[in-house]
Amino acid sequence: MSDAFFTASPHWTWYIIPYFFIGGIAGGAFFLAAALEWFGHPEDRPVIRTAYSVAFWGAVISGILLTIDLGKPLRFWHMLFQSDNFPRLMFKGYSPISFGAWGLMLFGLCALLALIKGNKIIAGLGGLLGFFLAGYTGVLLTVTNRPIWSDSPWLGALFLASGASTAAATLVLLAPRRGATASSIAWLESFDTRALVLELILLIVFVAWLWPIRQVWLSVWGAVLLLGVVGAGIIWPLMLRWRPRPGGAFGNAAAMVLVGGFLLRLVILLASNGIQHETVTAIVR
Amino acid sequence: MVTITRKRPAAVATEPMGFFTDTTVCIGCKACEVACKNWNQLPSTHGGVSEMSGDSYDNTRKLDGTHWRHVKFIEQFTGPYEGRWLMMSDVCKHCVKAGCLEVCPTGAIIRTEFDTVVIQSDVCNGCRACIAACPFGVIDINHVSGTAQKCTLCYDRMGVGLEPACSKACPTDSIQFGPISELRTRAQKRVEQLKAQGEARARLYGDDPNGPLGGLNSFYLLVDNPEVYGLPAHPTLPSRHLKRSGALSVATAALIGVLALVGIRKRRMEEKEGVMNV
Repeated sequence: MSDAFFTASPHWTWYIIPYFFIGGIAGGAFFLAAALEWFGHPEDRPVIRTAYSVAFWGAVISGILLTIDLGKPLRFWHMLFQSDNFPRLMFKGYSPISFGAWGLMLFGLCALLALIKGNKIIAGLGGLLGFFLAGYTGVLLTVTNRPIWSDSPWLGALFLASGASTAAATLVLLAPRRGATASSIAWLESFDTRALVLELILLIVFVAWLWPIRQVWLSVWGAVLLLGVVGAGIIWPLMLRWRPRPGGAFGNAAAMVLVGGFLLRLVILLASNGIQHETVTAIVR
Repeated sequence: MVTITRKRPAAVATEPMGFFTDTTVCIGCKACEVACKNWNQLPSTHGGVSEMSGDSYDNTRKLDGTHWRHVKFIEQFTGPYEGRWLMMSDVCKHCVKAGCLEVCPTGAIIRTEFDTVVIQSDVCNGCRACIAACPFGVIDINHVSGTAQKCTLCYDRMGVGLEPACSKACPTDSIQFGPISELRTRAQKRVEQLKAQGEARARLYGDDPNGPLGGLNSFYLLVDNPEVYGLPAHPTLPSRHLKRSGALSVATAALIGVLALVGIRKRRMEEKEGVMNV
């Protein structure tokens, strides 16, 4: 039996699940804006502006979600400064939450600067921080002793790919309202398709890695992973890109990618949260 | 029973102190739980109304933010008259290499001069990273304070030369408190004694300074596999995956960057071809 089964759940649920989802989109959007800022056309400007807005508001919402999730929300600043020696900084490079707090703050700052007046330097810096924001959440889960999360080193990579695909899907949905050209949207869709394929490969590797504890998927979360994340959130959008068909949200590949991205975070967090050490101990005895 | 000399100033580093819990003499009276709750002024649960677990005589069920001591009842019965009770007073292990201390982003978790691990409630902001990092499921949120809490090994009592409330209250000396080196010698002798009496399964858990987590400053004498007591066989630090997970994420980020650039290049080529065809 995995040693991780004897640990307690941190109860990261209804604020953290949307944070992981929105943080991934915000990070991925800034990266896409940076790629277009450096190597795109002048006609990509509406997409870049939309991406900066998504990144900024995503960072704001992420900060709010993280703060209200704390047991003591007014002490959020203890993550950044030493409470006993203010204004000395609080930073632990080997604690993912510590460097995540700094990463999110710097990312939000870059997003604000980019929104006010973007340039290539800010875009490049923000793009790198965007990668960080989209991926560190997976690393954070891996650096625990909880089942599923700490049983595989692939969560950071998986969340990164999902962040990239959900960001592209968000921009496909929002950028046309800001005057994005057909050429820009076509590029976003083609990038999204590639990111989805990468996400599917990483998801397969992740699940295969968990083979020794495969019984964890014998729950409702296993079904949601298979049908919701893989079926509705990856395979179905890929089929729609290959052969478009009408039909509301179900016929909209980008909308389905967002549904899949949200369900991925939901499954990963709740499947582990459901495993309680006192129940496991009762089974072992 | 151990008394720390009052002459030693609390701020000066002392010998590592801790618990040795001999589960074979625990009678499940839960005096340690009561003493812990009493001394540390921990609140009752469910407004003081008793709630039965339904499948065990143990109704505390687990360690959490308001139960810093928990006497586990391990009811190994195959029939009404066949089986045995195992009892174990569980507590924070005060690991020499502590996962909670490693991940705490606020610096609220500290190592004291007694080599114990303490959460400073006035610094903790309740992010719960330590709960997921603890290999033993010891820590949880105290819903009154809103912060993560666990056993402090009665840091306040040790500071004035008193032994922790739980070991002081233990009527059978199942919980023994003292300098770790002394406790290890005592524990080893007890294992030999039990083996000589025919209990071949007697073993120590967490006593080895070269073992997992650098040894536990609260270690146990068990008479079955650790898993039976709800203890992991090979507890590890949460940071064991940090480098590998980080490296895989960086590699994936680079791959995503290449995917984006390949797409941009392809679009340019197609546009060039379009212009040339016109």
